[in-house]
Amino acid sequence: MLDAVVSGLRLVATLDLRLWEIVGLSLAVSLSAVAFATLIGLPVGAAIAVGRFPGRQAVVVMLNALMGLPPVVVGLFVYLLLSRAGPLGELGLLFTPPAMVIAQTILVLPIIAALARQAVEDSWREYEEQLRSLGVDGVRGALTVLWDIRFSLLTAVLAGLGRASAEVGAVMIVGGNIDGVTRVMTTTIALETSRGDLPLALGLGMVLIAIVLALNAAAQIIKDAAQRRYG
Amino acid sequence: MGMILRVLLLSLACATAQAQTRFITVASTTSTEQSGLFKHLLPAFEKKTGIQVRVVALGTGQSLDMGKRGDADVVFVHAKALEEKFVAEGYGVARFEVMYNDFVLVGPKSDPAKIGGTKDIVSALARIKAAQAPFASRGDKSGTHFAELQLWKAAGIDIAKDKGPWYRDTGSGMGPTLNTASGMNAYALTDRGTWLSFKNRGELVISVEGDQRLFNQYGVILVNPAKHPHVKKDMGQAFIDWIVGPEGQAAIAGYKIGGEQLFFPNAKR
Amino acid sequence: MSGILPLRLEGVSFAAGGRTIIEPLDLTLEAGASTIILGANGAGKSVLMRLMHGLLAPSTGRVAWRTEGPRRRQAMVFQRPVLLRRSALANVVYALDAAGVPVGQQARLAREALQEVGLAYAAGRPARVLSGGEQQRLALARAWALHPEVLFLDEPTANLDPGAAREIEAVIKAFDVAGTKIVMSTHNLGQARRLGDEVIFLHQGRVAERAPIEKFFPRPVSPEAAAFIKGELPWA
Repeated sequence: MLDAVVSGLRLVATLDLRLWEIVGLSLAVSLSAVAFATLIGLPVGAAIAVGRFPGRQAVVVMLNALMGLPPVVVGLFVYLLLSRAGPLGELGLLFTPPAMVIAQTILVLPIIAALARQAVEDSWREYEEQLRSLGVDGVRGALTVLWDIRFSLLTAVLAGLGRASAEVGAVMIVGGNIDGVTRVMTTTIALETSRGDLPLALGLGMVLIAIVLALNAAAQIIKDAAQRRYG
Repeated sequence: MGMILRVLLLSLACATAQAQTRFITVASTTSTEQSGLFKHLLPAFEKKTGIQVRVVALGTGQSLDMGKRGDADVVFVHAKALEEKFVAEGYGVARFEVMYNDFVLVGPKSDPAKIGGTKDIVSALARIKAAQAPFASRGDKSGTHFAELQLWKAAGIDIAKDKGPWYRDTGSGMGPTLNTASGMNAYALTDRGTWLSFKNRGELVISVEGDQRLFNQYGVILVNPAKHPHVKKDMGQAFIDWIVGPEGQAAIAGYKIGGEQLFFPNAKR
Repeated sequence: MSGILPLRLEGVSFAAGGRTIIEPLDLTLEAGASTIILGANGAGKSVLMRLMHGLLAPSTGRVAWRTEGPRRRQAMVFQRPVLLRRSALANVVYALDAAGVPVGQQARLAREALQEVGLAYAAGRPARVLSGGEQQRLALARAWALHPEVLFLDEPTANLDPGAAREIEAVIKAFDVAGTKIVMSTHNLGQARRLGDEVIFLHQGRVAERAPIEKFFPRPVSPEAAAFIKGELPWA
């Protein structure tokens, strides 16, 4: 354990260029995936929250269940999709960062959509009468609520980011863990673990945790400031 | 929002830049990747040709499967029978032998099966079974797993039928299997390269080595462009030519861990 | 006046969860006189106003305005205003935008409305950090900007202290003076006297009595109204 701490600190202290490339790629992939999933997931979640359509309850249950999608299954699905023998093979995206972004987007989308659905639905009870009184319809109402609770939705986005930055199964399969191309924090940790270099693996793990912690702290500060500012 | 957009643009730029790089994808085994051989070999090739080699390290079975699907340009694996079948079925152009290393049987210092220092791998396996000593198997259809199954068969043991609680099927790569063996003081069959670069040995030492039957031949195959037209056959062939040629062979011979040579070049031309 | 009034309720009833909240009733609301809806808790005041405003669909009967498409010509202020997490001014602008007012006029109209309710000083402040009284005045400004023909108010001062309540009353008076028809529910009999011209008294989902203010308070006709006035007066 002490080895790991020392190893982690040394990794950070020496500013190993390759390590920072890996960290950079991890962040680029996970943040892109979360950005896409947010752009899609928030409106979808809000639409389900506000909409009244047949089968809505089933959609809600399904969305909640999809939050637990196993990364390996998503990875396999995207792999088969992007494989040369698959329907999107022409694109040649397999074993590239965009493939990893696609897989993580699929993985994270249900989390963001489901949490947004819950948050919007809770707020909608408060807003609905007032907005309808102002003549605001469903779509615009949903967008209004989304924007109004945007800082609370940070929690949903963070949950997605946590999932994306922590998973290894999907990026391993669709990225291939290619050195210098698709190697990210989690696949590096998996690789070092399989090479039996447990202190290095744990050290990398600590770097990963520190980054996720910093992102969460930043988000919390933003949220608190917004709470004080806007009530 | 601005930040998110910037990140997206960055990653897109990244992707485009990659699209412009000249590269081939090689499906290979965990043993070659994890032993550090590729890190030693590839820079020399890339420097000479400007072709980037992207290695996806999987078990031999998975690597061949990747080749079948057209997701790799070259496969570089170690299971002769499977490789020949791969070529015979038209998935590969031709198979070239590149190098060999050997398998070693590692086990705990306490040596419950009393096989330490012997040379006969087949009788060693028989004694492990007789002693019901813990044994960790890859169980992942990799080249090493395939070799292990051959050896059990040679010992007259039908492992599928005869395995008991002492036989642990890890279903994972070489490294994880060694981690398991190290954790539970089990015997395991591993390639020497992975063993030499493996750090979490615990109580494990080499129990059996040097048997002819432990030799492990690597072959390299260009995926057939007739099946998959997008295969980068010129660059892939350039890589194969280099690795079976004098420069590649010399580079393989020059890779050592702690003064010990891991792979022995034996290309036939 | 050639507006959306009168409003007619014909055989309107409302039931929810197997319970009848409003018994079938016929009502006509004319322009001009300010109407106060009185009644005990659970008498159906809020539901009646939501039926009139169109937030609830009647179980039977129909709610008919003189002309179609009345949404923009009426507004409602709730007991607890729901304000958006943006500036006071932006809240009013939002309402104007939702009502289809051209973008070029929104800011000016919103500022005028804030001026009218005495909130010009708070235009740039986040709406949700205003005091309770200020928030309710902002809700009134949001309504004012729309220049509605009819303004529904559902116990608008129930959560406010007397000082803030008086400021709200002053704004409601201003609506009345500007020609907006006031329809307000309240518990506060003093407020009913100060602001109302007529009373609709609800009892258990029925209109028990409808009378001009000056007749209702001294001489209620129905026993329910008499009992209600007697019970509420000490706190008025």
